Amino acid sequence: MSEKLITIEINATKLEVKPDAMLIEAADDAGIHIPRFCYHKKLTIAANCRMCLVEVENAPKPLPACATPVNEGMKVWTKSKYALSAQQDNMEFLLINHPLDCPICDQGGECELQDLAVSARGSSSRFHEVKRVVTDKDIGPLVSTDMTRCIQCTRCIRFGEEIAGMREMGATGRGDRMEVGTFVEKSLISELSGNIIDICPVGALTAKPSRYKARPWDVVQTASIASHDSVGSNINLHTYKNELVRVVAGDNDAINECWISDRDRFSYQGVTAKDRLTKPMIKKDGIWKEIDWAGALDSIAELIKAIDADQIGALVSPRATVEEQYLLQKALRGVGVNNIDHRLRQCDFYDQELAPLAPNLGVSIADLEQQNAVLLVGSNIRQEQPMLNHRLRKAALKGAHIMTVNLREYDFNYDIAEQLTGNVTQMLEKLAGIALASGKLPEALDDLVDGIKPNDTEKKIAKYLTEAENALVLTGNIAVSHPQYSALRALSSVIAENTGAKLGSLVESANTVGGWLSGAIPHRQAAGIDTAKVGKNITEMLNADLKLFVLLDVEPEFDCANPKQAMSAMHQAECVVAMTPYASESLKAYTDILLPISTVAETSGTFINTEGRWQSFTGASQLAGDARPAWKVLRVLGNVLEVEGFEFVSSTEVRDELQAKISSATDKGNADLMPIYQKQATDTGLQRVSEVSIYCTDSLVRRATALHKSIENEAAIRININDAEVLGLSNNAKITIKQDEASTKATLIIDNMIPQGCVFIPEGTEVSACLSASFGTIEISAA
Amino acid sequence: MSDTKVETVKIRDMRNASKDATSILTQHERDDIDSWLKRYPKDRSQSALLAALRAVMHEDHYLSTKKMNAVAAYLHLPNIAVYEVASFYSMFELDEKAAGRHSISVCTNVSCMLNGSDEIVNHIESKLGIKMGETTSDGKFFFKIEEECLAACCGAPMMQVDHVYYENLTLEKVDEILDGLE
Repeated sequence: MSEKLITIEINATKLEVKPDAMLIEAADDAGIHIPRFCYHKKLTIAANCRMCLVEVENAPKPLPACATPVNEGMKVWTKSKYALSAQQDNMEFLLINHPLDCPICDQGGECELQDLAVSARGSSSRFHEVKRVVTDKDIGPLVSTDMTRCIQCTRCIRFGEEIAGMREMGATGRGDRMEVGTFVEKSLISELSGNIIDICPVGALTAKPSRYKARPWDVVQTASIASHDSVGSNINLHTYKNELVRVVAGDNDAINECWISDRDRFSYQGVTAKDRLTKPMIKKDGIWKEIDWAGALDSIAELIKAIDADQIGALVSPRATVEEQYLLQKALRGVGVNNIDHRLRQCDFYDQELAPLAPNLGVSIADLEQQNAVLLVGSNIRQEQPMLNHRLRKAALKGAHIMTVNLREYDFNYDIAEQLTGNVTQMLEKLAGIALASGKLPEALDDLVDGIKPNDTEKKIAKYLTEAENALVLTGNIAVSHPQYSALRALSSVIAENTGAKLGSLVESANTVGGWLSGAIPHRQAAGIDTAKVGKNITEMLNADLKLFVLLDVEPEFDCANPKQAMSAMHQAECVVAMTPYASESLKAYTDILLPISTVAETSGTFINTEGRWQSFTGASQLAGDARPAWKVLRVLGNVLEVEGFEFVSSTEVRDELQAKISSATDKGNADLMPIYQKQATDTGLQRVSEVSIYCTDSLVRRATALHKSIENEAAIRININDAEVLGLSNNAKITIKQDEASTKATLIIDNMIPQGCVFIPEGTEVSACLSASFGTIEISAA
Repeated sequence: MSDTKVETVKIRDMRNASKDATSILTQHERDDIDSWLKRYPKDRSQSALLAALRAVMHEDHYLSTKKMNAVAAYLHLPNIAVYEVASFYSMFELDEKAAGRHSISVCTNVSCMLNGSDEIVNHIESKLGIKMGETTSDGKFFFKIEEECLAACCGAPMMQVDHVYYENLTLEKVDEILDGLE
């Protein structure tokens, strides 16, 4: 885009600037700093703090740089006597009501107000009257408030309205009694709420879990990559005396801009969880004993050598680093084991041979904003990938049609054009309806669309996709767990083809892409090279009565699609070896050897995000006890197993070896379909629908206490009011759930976003851990 | 965004939230709000907020958080947007203790003060047995702390009772006005 630049002069320096820029943007681009509190590059302009006053030629008074558009020939001075005096006078006003409690303020040392006050001259104020005091309200376990310190810049208010898409903070009262806050005592519920801590220029909003833990000048900052969703948000880890005390957002306009989700910000609490494993352990005759590393690894090597390779299976976390995933599969494949899988929540592997080299978003993260129509298939994107939802929100605000086919309705923070819902069978039928409306279908899908006639909504969705200049069909995390994921994929791909839309996957976890590329799958080695023998996928492994399981940061009862099946497989196995940062009591019950490994904060490694972007990071905090970075453990395991090619000195060498292989790999494409897709018979009775609860996605965040306190009814199951009336159950009732042979107790919430005939059960929770598959017939009754 | 789209979104949003709102607001309040909503474009329901709060004040003589939330749901606004407006204007009372059937405001600004408003205030306080800012125990009168000029200097001293201005007050006139109220 060629935009004619105009010439202005700031501090006697000639600058070529964009004609629609504000002075402060032009100055920022030129590296000229103008003090500011209310201005934030990602928020609208409020111009209420008046800190950015500058001198402009021919202007009768100082002008706020944030709200003054540039003009051809404009001459500006930001540090002239006139400008400085305006800024200093303004500062004196701002400090009138600001307490001098910097020594006990968490913001002290990284406070924009403090920095400016110190540099702005003068150590005393002419204001000798009484300062106002604001009574604080508790706004939840994540954000700590000291609203007496607030200078009413309204960044947090604008953040809520413009970025989070839900106004939670506001300015109540008036004049000198105006207060910023929630007015009533309430917990913030936005999944992005923690960002107000970063943008608050003073100490009014600070991080509650890290309150009083460390002073900013004592912490060491290490750039890292968030390890939960597939976005790969850039974060900064703050360590104090080698302990991880805080996480703040990093800046990367192509990925997370300057925001991060609460999950990425507060999950660090899990690093210091009580059940952190610090010593290698071995179970002998039912009793756990500590063992040294050499002994532990020798025992594992002996086991692996003694057991037939077909009887060994490895479950790999989709958020283990590329290096860890690659080394584990390299070591195991070196001894003939192909039963390796990181697709813990998937249960339909019918079309795995057709899968591309790795799932991919299909467009860049930034390009999500440019879409005009997006169909989400099986995705609660707002919780699964909050920063991708933020991009879609921007598209929606520009008028894009965002449409969903899901198991239930969701509260979006923007207008949704259509939400289609139903149980797993109905969901498939509705997608088939859209496919039929989109155009001609290949024969392979005949059975799926048999007897289906698209209704008006389905036709409208197909029409929106066809008419849009940029259209996108995205499958989400819920689709991956669908019993007919392959059919959803096929239908999505045909819809995309027929409507001219692009096709992509939102990708489940921080390193799901890595799992595919590094060979943590049974049917392909690293870089997608075919295996001589196709190994068992996770469902087959769990049903095969394997003798030895190797777990890499996996807690099967919470991480697997079918906890019941996973647990019985673990219990019947002769031996289970777990490489894990944590040793929960239930893990200790079915494992035999435990190797303490790093969490993401303590190791170097690489994640590949949903766009296929490789991002490497280094460890920030020190490992507790004898725990070791997992990649080093796996390197030694490779050596002990006498597999060749394990002479790595650093994790970057591991990454480089894989990267070299991938550079010569050919993509598998995404175009083909299986010869036939068959509809599965519909079950009768109430149908289970599920998704992973936002803070239960992995071992780290499951231990982040503040996040769990921030949401209500995390493990409650939900049904529609009509079903509740039929069953005679009321809100908050204690109920018993029965699924297949399994049963457990839970609390019931009546929620009309759940379609009739469905029972919504959040996964990764204590409740789901007692049940089986994420779909199927389910019974509930009063406890 | 087309009008039909606005409609469908609204209807869907309303389904959960407004069901509650409808049952919390009285029929009279809803009718009042609806009549104001008709005057504004469909996607500008916030315009009816002041009128909606006035309707609630008229019924309850104060704004409870529950009613404010109900108004928010009814107008599809975030709760905080209602709190902001309700706490900004001095004509809205947010404290249940301020809920009297009749609200008395005596102007104590310059013109009225020079014309003896202090005496009026003292008289009302001793007559009702309450201080400014308090409500009589029978809930009949709320004696508001009026901080701003009520803009009737030509008739000073003056007071406002509910929606009515009374000017050129004397102690006798005050008695007559207050005694005449139900």
